[in-house]
Amino acid sequence: MPIDNVLVFAEAFEGKPLSSTLELLTKAREIGSNVDAFYTGADADALAPEFGKYGASKVYTTGDLGGALPGAPAAAAIAKMIEGGTTPDLIVFTQTYDGRDTLGRLSARLDRPVLTNGLDLEADGGVAVGTAIFGGNTLIKTRFTGEGPHLVAIRPKSFAAEEGGGGAAEVVTVEVPDIGVAGAAKIIERHVEERSGPKLDEAPIVVSGGRGLGQAEKYEMIEELAKLLKGAPGASRAIVDAGWVPYAYQVGQTGKTVKPTVYLACGISGATQHMVGMKGAKNIIAVNKDKDAPIFSIADLGIVGDVHKVVPKLIELLKARS
Amino acid sequence: MNVVVCVKQIPDPATPGELDASTKTLRRSGSIILDDSDAYGVEMGLQLADKAGGGEVILVSMAPNNENKGLRTALAMGAAKALLISDEALAGSDALSTAKVLAKAIERADADLILTATESTDGYTGTIPAQVAELLGLPMVTFAKHIEVDGDRVKVQRQTEAGYDEVESPLPAVVSVTAGVVEPRYPSFKGIMAAKGKPVDELKVADLGLDAGQVGWAGARQEIADVSAAEERKAGEIVEDEGDGAERIVAFLEQLKVI
Ligand SMILES: Cc1cc2nc3c(=O)[nH]c(=O)nc-3n(C[C@H](O)[C@H](O)[C@H](O)COP(=O)(O)OP(=O)(O)OC[C@H]3O[C@@H](n4cnc5c(N)ncnc54)[C@H](O)[C@@H]3O)c2cc1C
Ligand SMILES: Nc1ncnc2c1ncn2[C@@H]1O[C@H](COP(=O)(O)O)[C@@H](O)[C@H]1O
Repeated sequence: MPIDNVLVFAEAFEGKPLSSTLELLTKAREIGSNVDAFYTGADADALAPEFGKYGASKVYTTGDLGGALPGAPAAAAIAKMIEGGTTPDLIVFTQTYDGRDTLGRLSARLDRPVLTNGLDLEADGGVAVGTAIFGGNTLIKTRFTGEGPHLVAIRPKSFAAEEGGGGAAEVVTVEVPDIGVAGAAKIIERHVEERSGPKLDEAPIVVSGGRGLGQAEKYEMIEELAKLLKGAPGASRAIVDAGWVPYAYQVGQTGKTVKPTVYLACGISGATQHMVGMKGAKNIIAVNKDKDAPIFSIADLGIVGDVHKVVPKLIELLKARS
Repeated sequence: MNVVVCVKQIPDPATPGELDASTKTLRRSGSIILDDSDAYGVEMGLQLADKAGGGEVILVSMAPNNENKGLRTALAMGAAKALLISDEALAGSDALSTAKVLAKAIERADADLILTATESTDGYTGTIPAQVAELLGLPMVTFAKHIEVDGDRVKVQRQTEAGYDEVESPLPAVVSVTAGVVEPRYPSFKGIMAAKGKPVDELKVADLGLDAGQVGWAGARQEIADVSAAEERKAGEIVEDEGDGAERIVAFLEQLKVI
């Protein structure tokens, strides 16, 4: 039994919808009779055709937030829409920074519980969310028992995005009520770290490095290997925390979820928090000098060896081919 | 400047818990420790109070059975005192209930800044900072990788997908910190001895003016409908590198037709 109304918290970057937003719209179409989007930003008109194509009938928008961090004003605007008679049964967010901020704020404002880290979403009269615990060993389905709107955050890459063939979504501007000091956090300046090649979460091949590389400079060979394979370089949190590479490279529970055709892990032990971010890869190759490293339990090809020998050799062989 | 740091005390992740088949909740076993993720907040709080030239770090923690081992660790690092909320009515609390409890406790502390981690190691709901901020009517900056306080304002470098944003907010505010924001100190022997004498105020749900029906199982409004084992990914071929490791990888990639 589908539910009636699903509202998707939609996000975009540099004028393009996030793939995770399109994934959510696709899923929402499957479980809800009507799907709308909610978007903060000045460019809702430009995005409305894309949102519509993936299933949104309307896109509610706050318009430009004047540099305010979106969480507080977005939550206030959604709450105001609900007061005004909009009746979503489910409001679904991607597990992103702004998604989480808005979800948390809205939960407190509406006094509704949240389910986060979702990998699956079901409507069986009510709403149930699938999550994984113990590093993905155990799957749990949790159902809301109280009144809606139910609030859920889903991890990127949980669903495939498919166009539904709808026309442009109708743009409806909504009011952001005055929330005083709660909305006072402002973005002063944005810093974008440039990187070339495919995006980490869209690349068909991901080559990741971990603490086993020994020192920051050795990460260069990961980048070189990734480039030769036309893939993206990634990292374990250990070397992100150590400052060797920017956070945007991190794969795992608190980083990106990747599902490439090939994931090549070099000097990564395979902590559960790392594995939840990459075990959806079609093929996993691991190089680690410890034959008991947990990463080998999920590797299709495991090389028990030294990254400083195997990786340079691999680079050499690939160069010889091209 | 007074900094409140929310710290979760969790079962040592080195000894993972298990799911109780009858109640479908996590069975907590092993020793209780300070969540590693919160050590960054404690350190950040200590450094900011120090830089401001006065004020103290006050810990707030909700935990079963008046558990205080994790608090002692944070007190040994240098925090001045702690508020510990422990009550049978809190069993089964979800993120929102936990946030309601933390917010009420924070109100007692007269804080200029409230720090949390971005997500806890065992629960990782990751919404508590925003829920607490909303309940307190305060501004919030999440995912801080650098924090500076300048008078009555806080300047934060906030992690983003693409890099980071410089964000400014008036104080008081809630800020959630990522791992790596600072290097947490190890408690010194002197610190450990001093921690024994530091005050830990134990509070109940009623002391906070909360209704027991709002928290714990009653407040959660969700139930586990099903638990199942995930499809296991099997190990494939694991081989020692005998100088041919790279060749094997090339052959594997060729077979997949990706090169
Ligand atoms: C709340 C929380 C969230 C987390 N989120 C994430 C996350 O999103 N992503 C993530 O990755 N981690 C995450 N972690 C951290 C995780 O638990 C691990 O600490 C981390 O993944 C370890 O990184 P690593 O494998 O690089 O380092 P290590 O565990 O130190 O492993 C290094 C490996 O390299 C091998 N090695 C050493 N030298 C060589 C050599 N010369 N050649 C070959 N192999 C060698 C060693 O045998 C070892 O297996 C999180 C932790 C917590 C508590
Ligand atoms: N029981 C608790 N006591 C104190 N702080 C908590 C508690 N639960 C969560 N927090 C704080 O909120 C953060 C986010 O928690 P969570 O929403 O569980 O991922 C944690 O990292 C802590 O800083």
